[in-house]
Amino acid sequence: MLGFLKNPVVVTAEINMNLVALTVMGLISRLWGLSYPRAVVFDEVYYGQFVSLYMKRIFFVDDSGPPFGHMLLALGGYLGGFDGNFLWNRIGAEYSMNVPVRSLRLLPALAGALCVPLAYQILVELQFSHCAALGAALLILLENSLITQSRFMLLESILIFFILLAVLSYLKFYNLQRHSSFSGSWWFWLLLTGVACSCAVGVKYMGLFTYMLLLAIAGLHFWHMIGDQNLSNVSLMCHFLARGLALVIIPVAMYLSFFYVHLTLLYRSGPHDQIMTSAFQASLEGGLARITQGQPLEVAYGSQITLRNVLGKPMQCWLHSHTNTYPIRYENGRGSSHQQQVTCYPFKDVNNWWIVKDPGMQQLVVSNPPRPVRHGHIVQLVHGITTRYLNTHDVAAPLSPHSQEVSCYIDYNISMPAQNLWRVEIVNRESDTDVWKTILSEVRFVHVNTSAVLKASGFIGASLPEWGYRQLEVVGEKLSKGYHQSMLWNVEEHRYGKSQEQKEREVELHSPTQMDISKNLSFMAKFTELQWKILTLKNEDTEHKYSSSALDWITMDTNIAYWLHPTSGAQIHLLGNVVIWASANVAALVYICLSLWYLVRRRRKIYDIPEGAWQLWVSAGGICVGGWAVNYLPFFLMEKTLFLYHYLPALTFQILLIPIVLQHLGDHLCRSLLLKSMFSALIVAWFSSVYLVYCTFSPVTYGEPSLSVTELKDLRWKDSWNILIRKQ
Amino acid sequence: WDETHFGKMGSYYINRTFFFDVHPPLGKMLIGLAGYLSGYDGTFPFQKPGDRYEQHNYVGMRGFCAFLGSCLVPFAYLTVLELSKSLPAALLTAFILIFDTGCITLSQYILLDPILMFFLMGAVLSMVKCNSCADRPFSASWWFWLSLTGVNLAGAMGVKFVGLFVVILVGLNTIYDLWDLLGNLSLSLVVFGKHLLARVLCLILLPLALYMAMFAVHFAVLNKSGPGDGFFSSAFQSQLIGNNLHNVSVPEHLAYGSVVTIKNLRMAGGYLHSHWHLYPEGVGARQQQVTAYLHKDLNNLWIIKKHDSDTADLSDPSSPVEFVRHGDIIRLEHKETSRNLHSHQHEAPLTRKHFQVTGYGINGTGDSNDFWRIEVVGRKAGKLIKVLRSQVRLTHVSTGCILGSSGKTLPKWGWEQVEVTCTPYLKETPNSLWNFEDHINPKLPNISLDVLKPSFAEILLESHMVMIRGNSGLKPKDNEVTSKPWHWPINYQGLRFSGVNETDYRVYLLGNPVIWWLNLVTIGLYLLMAVSTAVTLKRGVQLTSELKELSRVVLRGGGQIMLGWLLHYLPFFMMGRVLYFHHYFPAMLFSSMLTGITWDTLLWFCAGFLSPSTTARKVYGGGFLALVLLTMYSFYLFHPLSYGMIGPMASDPSSPMAGLRWMDSWEF
Repeated sequence: MLGFLKNPVVVTAEINMNLVALTVMGLISRLWGLSYPRAVVFDEVYYGQFVSLYMKRIFFVDDSGPPFGHMLLALGGYLGGFDGNFLWNRIGAEYSMNVPVRSLRLLPALAGALCVPLAYQILVELQFSHCAALGAALLILLENSLITQSRFMLLESILIFFILLAVLSYLKFYNLQRHSSFSGSWWFWLLLTGVACSCAVGVKYMGLFTYMLLLAIAGLHFWHMIGDQNLSNVSLMCHFLARGLALVIIPVAMYLSFFYVHLTLLYRSGPHDQIMTSAFQASLEGGLARITQGQPLEVAYGSQITLRNVLGKPMQCWLHSHTNTYPIRYENGRGSSHQQQVTCYPFKDVNNWWIVKDPGMQQLVVSNPPRPVRHGHIVQLVHGITTRYLNTHDVAAPLSPHSQEVSCYIDYNISMPAQNLWRVEIVNRESDTDVWKTILSEVRFVHVNTSAVLKASGFIGASLPEWGYRQLEVVGEKLSKGYHQSMLWNVEEHRYGKSQEQKEREVELHSPTQMDISKNLSFMAKFTELQWKILTLKNEDTEHKYSSSALDWITMDTNIAYWLHPTSGAQIHLLGNVVIWASANVAALVYICLSLWYLVRRRRKIYDIPEGAWQLWVSAGGICVGGWAVNYLPFFLMEKTLFLYHYLPALTFQILLIPIVLQHLGDHLCRSLLLKSMFSALIVAWFSSVYLVYCTFSPVTYGEPSLSVTELKDLRWKDSWNILIRKQ
Repeated sequence: WDETHFGKMGSYYINRTFFFDVHPPLGKMLIGLAGYLSGYDGTFPFQKPGDRYEQHNYVGMRGFCAFLGSCLVPFAYLTVLELSKSLPAALLTAFILIFDTGCITLSQYILLDPILMFFLMGAVLSMVKCNSCADRPFSASWWFWLSLTGVNLAGAMGVKFVGLFVVILVGLNTIYDLWDLLGNLSLSLVVFGKHLLARVLCLILLPLALYMAMFAVHFAVLNKSGPGDGFFSSAFQSQLIGNNLHNVSVPEHLAYGSVVTIKNLRMAGGYLHSHWHLYPEGVGARQQQVTAYLHKDLNNLWIIKKHDSDTADLSDPSSPVEFVRHGDIIRLEHKETSRNLHSHQHEAPLTRKHFQVTGYGINGTGDSNDFWRIEVVGRKAGKLIKVLRSQVRLTHVSTGCILGSSGKTLPKWGWEQVEVTCTPYLKETPNSLWNFEDHINPKLPNISLDVLKPSFAEILLESHMVMIRGNSGLKPKDNEVTSKPWHWPINYQGLRFSGVNETDYRVYLLGNPVIWWLNLVTIGLYLLMAVSTAVTLKRGVQLTSELKELSRVVLRGGGQIMLGWLLHYLPFFMMGRVLYFHHYFPAMLFSSMLTGITWDTLLWFCAGFLSPSTTARKVYGGGFLALVLLTMYSFYLFHPLSYGMIGPMASDPSSPMAGLRWMDSWEF
């Protein structure tokens, strides 16, 4: 019964001291003096804002990427007890005491440090020697640019960490595949691959490139399995489904969950509200929700409404009118109707109120019970304060002469009849009898006589001259090509009008809306909208002092100054280890040339290296050269502003290639003993030069010690580098 | 519609005036040639769509395009026949192309697309033919088809840069071919070398030579100054008869006191310009505007002065001529207004991060912000500065910024001229480089400009740079509704060729929806078939010889066509320029060929399951007939689209086309 006690309880632990030592060195190099400099460094000014907004739970939109990375940074702030009170306005500003600099920078630094052991493991899993693996890890350790990038509140090091993790776990999974399919660890590494991929994509969209690469490699491996006649169809199917689950379904679910957490955390309205639709804004606490709470849902005849243009570009605006008229002649000599101006006004104003009127009836109040307006109904829109009717006619609009002018009709008795009937078309309707709903319905107003569509001009510079108070132009568009958002309007504020008399009505228009109902968007609707905005929101192309083109990166012709001490010459630059960059390029070149040579020779049935070594060579190259290519080449097609740090993921893969090529050269090309020892000596010499360069540049990597002017001038190895030298 | 473009360019060839277009010249030269041969005199102005041709002889040009367009059908027929060895498949493809309204409309008018598609299909056909000659290499027919491929490639590239995609297709096919030959151990390396050389000769050197010859003809024909001059550099302009730089002579080296014009080196850069108008209130300092202006004008003239000395001693004819040297500090005085070129730390009107450039001072007396250091790119200090040939950088002395032109157009107050700024970012771009074009100094001897006659290679390079820039400059404007690539295969929206109103004679470019949707379904179907076939083969299932043949057609033949479709469609998703519906038509040709092959093999495969061969044949024949009849009937329904229609718009229920408006986005 107590048989199990017969044998002693033994715990055997195998500790790879290499790995431990590397991790410790990685931690030291990345974490040493982390809270220096105690000032805003480069893009911290950008990410810091978002951390603050997370702390305050205020909603924001960042078009640079998905929210997982920002959330991780915010987690650091949360753990350090940051209250979010810091004005992120300029690079180099001193942090106040309430900012936990160390914990904000800790997560990226940890991620950067862990890349070192990860590199070691990847090479081991690629079945290269421990010596080569050690070399790869040391190269990552001594790469100045990776150190700089991971020591601050930036996202690249986290991205690289997840990319390497995904690659490592896929390799582990693949190596387990041969003997123990569907075992516990097999599942673990497979699932970890999917999770790491989705994390990488969640930090920055660049992660997508590596994800695609891994998918392609997994697809290729599976294709080889299909050719394996020993596997039954059923087990093939199981393999396929397992991969589909882990590599497609789980990443998608994780990605959605990032947004779910993001939207749950940020429930207050904030500076970026205006970008979103009214419905989205109404779901945030404060802001629009405070106004729209309790509005009636269905627009009825007699409703008082404000109409917001759906496009929201170049700025959000509401349909507006005021007592001023169009000038009789414009500056360029064209004539106008001289009727009351109708514009799109970017601010809330009592003149934004309109009343929906039934053309067949005189009254401007909602009857009891209210008669809802449906799709296809014909209405008149009456301006609340001036009680004039929205009108359009065949007169050229002030700024867009090919479109019709829109005005509020004034009867001058000059044989220009009122044309004020508009057909309501709900674009996002479900059936043709849909009711026009507040906030939710996107509506086109089609003019009955001319079939022109009410449109906010929306191009940049569409603001009217002085006579129109720089408000935006509104026109009737005759040639309506498709459904452009500038032709869509939605009701934002809404109430049922009760006042018969104009005087009372004005009082009513000035009073805030009161009644109460709540509208909640589903998570998927919010997600789709936010995702769409992130992808389509375009910042104006900004020129930046340190922006560079993708071609400059290979040769490192450019650098980025991150920080400069306010008084001394101490400074931090994103500047790589020149020897490592150069050798990485050489390694890639050697790899490609050798592979081509081998390939052609193999095609002629000449085998230079054993089959096993060839397989290793190909799989290592597939990961490293492939990883470099997918993370680098797409930048040539991109039109956004590019910086040197975009190259770092590609560089990491390229660095991993160096020891692979070296080991291959040593094993297969150096045949004689003499050559081998010479080769080793060369490697030692080369490695010490790497270390020397690391030491030389470490002052601009860590920002200490402060260098004198001559020392700084000596560091300027390339003319194109921009090292800051204080004028005496 | 676009006839206004290409017809006009045809006229330019006939009149031999120089013009600029974003496409290479072959297509327009052919149009011009056709017009010339058919007796068109090149005098019709082609001003706006819908103008009547009156007595002008335009039929030749249209007929030429239509002829090339109709060649597509036999080409596609032969290609499919070669790939699938099945007559019905080839017939089906031919019927699809014959009865597609879009193809008909596109090839009826004076456009580049029929010419492009002709060369493209020609290249594909000769490539396929050449592949089938592979069993007897170096035979006469093999050489013929191989070199014909090369000729067609040059043609396709020479009409539009989209021809590059078919070059890639042929290139990939050739690499695959060579790889196959390399693995064939019965061939010696010498034979393989011969194969390689033959392909290099026919597919690289021959097309390149033809392509260059095409440009040589283009430049030889167009030797008169015309509307395209301003896009090109000073050296280029000196080649054109009638341009004011043609055969003029100016002093060679820049000297103090010279009157000069200064041209920006950016493509279509413009001259440094100033005039009596001030920057408006709120735009930097209220000083005189400095802009870049594309046209020649007296306000482009500037006088070079020393920074420290006055004007008086320079105008004295007896004083010795002093040359401007690299690194000198100078002052530029505007000749008409006598104001100095000036910059200061106010933000520029449009590019907010740059500094404003103004005209400042009265009669040449200003302040130290008027000083500029003049430097020649790639030259040492103390060297003289050459007119026209030196690329010059002007650095503002007190702020260290560089004079440049941002390329943005100023609003009304700046007369829609181009903004000039002083950029603090010290990057070497053509935006911040200038050269001196006109140079007037009575004290210096004139030399002839012929010394800077650019070589053919330089002209070729420059015209390509200008074309590429022009192409990437065709950006959609804000909020303009443009056609998106995903619209195309689903035939979402057509293109109005002529006529807008109810009374006009309207032609609308829209594919025959039945055919296009059939094509779309077929692409999905093909992918399904290809994957299942490949998996079956990979699993090592034993197939009958008939099925093996079918799978070969699906994978090899269909694969080539599918690759062609992908190459002619996917790149458009990455293009930033304005896209139009007609860009899809080359891809549509491939898609139609794929339809022919896929349905033929599918019907064969289904019929193969039926045991008696007579029923099998009936099923096969019936299916084929049904498809053909379907395309014919749909053509009968939609033919007014391409042959023109009169009457109310289709959105009006009384129109005869009312029932055919199957999608809301169609506007015929």
